[in-house]
Amino acid sequence: MTKEELLSKLKIIIVPYVQNQEGLKNLTEDTDFIKDLEINSANLVDVVLDVEDEFDIEIDNDAMEKMLTVKASIEVIENKLASK
Amino acid sequence: MIRPDIIQELPYSKPFLFVDEILEINDDHIKGSYTFKEDEYFYEGHFRGNPVTPGVILTECMAQIGMACFGIHLLKDKWDRDTIGVAMSSNEINYYKPVFPGEKVIVVSEKVYFRFSKLKCNVAMYNADEVLVAKGVVAGVAFKKQI
Repeated sequence: MTKEELLSKLKIIIVPYVQNQEGLKNLTEDTDFIKDLEINSANLVDVVLDVEDEFDIEIDNDAMEKMLTVKASIEVIENKLASK
Repeated sequence: MIRPDIIQELPYSKPFLFVDEILEINDDHIKGSYTFKEDEYFYEGHFRGNPVTPGVILTECMAQIGMACFGIHLLKDKWDRDTIGVAMSSNEINYYKPVFPGEKVIVVSEKVYFRFSKLKCNVAMYNADEVLVAKGVVAGVAFKKQI
C-alpha cells in the first residue's frame, strides 16, 4: 500500500468525527486531530478502532497515544502493517 | 444487594445520584435499578403542576448505572476515585414511556466496546411493568483528573 492510498483511507475514517471542516480541506501530514480538526478525545478512540478494522491491525495503548496527527498515525499504521 | 462497593465509589451524591442497587454485573453487562422519589428536586418545575421525570434525567440514570457503575467494575484496580474522573462523551436515546414520581426503573447496559478508557454501551430502561421506557447508545470516558 502506498502512502497516498493509506492517507486516503485514513481520511475516509476521520471524516465522520471532524468538527472543523476547514481543517479537513487543508489536510496535510502535520494536521493535528484535536487542534486542527477538533475531533474530541472520545472520538479519537473511534478513529483508532476504525483504523484497526480497516487495516486489520491491533493498536496498543502506546501506539494509540502517539496517534494525534496524520503523520504519526500513518507511521503507526505502517509499522503495524510491516510487522504483520 | 451485590457490589454496594461500586455505588460507594460513584462520584455523585444527592440530589444527583440515580442508582439504588446493582442487580447483575459481569464483564459484558450490568443491570441496576433506581426509584424516583416523590420529592426529587426537578419535579417542581418539570412540568408546572404535572410532575414527569425529564428525559435528560432518565439519560443520566442510564449513564450512572450503565456507564459509571459498569466502568468502575471494568477498570478494576485502575479505578481510583481521587485521581480518575468520568464523563459522558455521547448519547443517542429514544424515549417510549413517561416516568412519574415514585416509579422504579431498571437499567440494562450491554458493552459494545471498552478500549483506551472509553466505554460504549447499548442501554435500555424498563419500568416496574417491564415495559421499555428508553433505549439507545451511551458512551463515556475515564480520564486522569488534573489536580
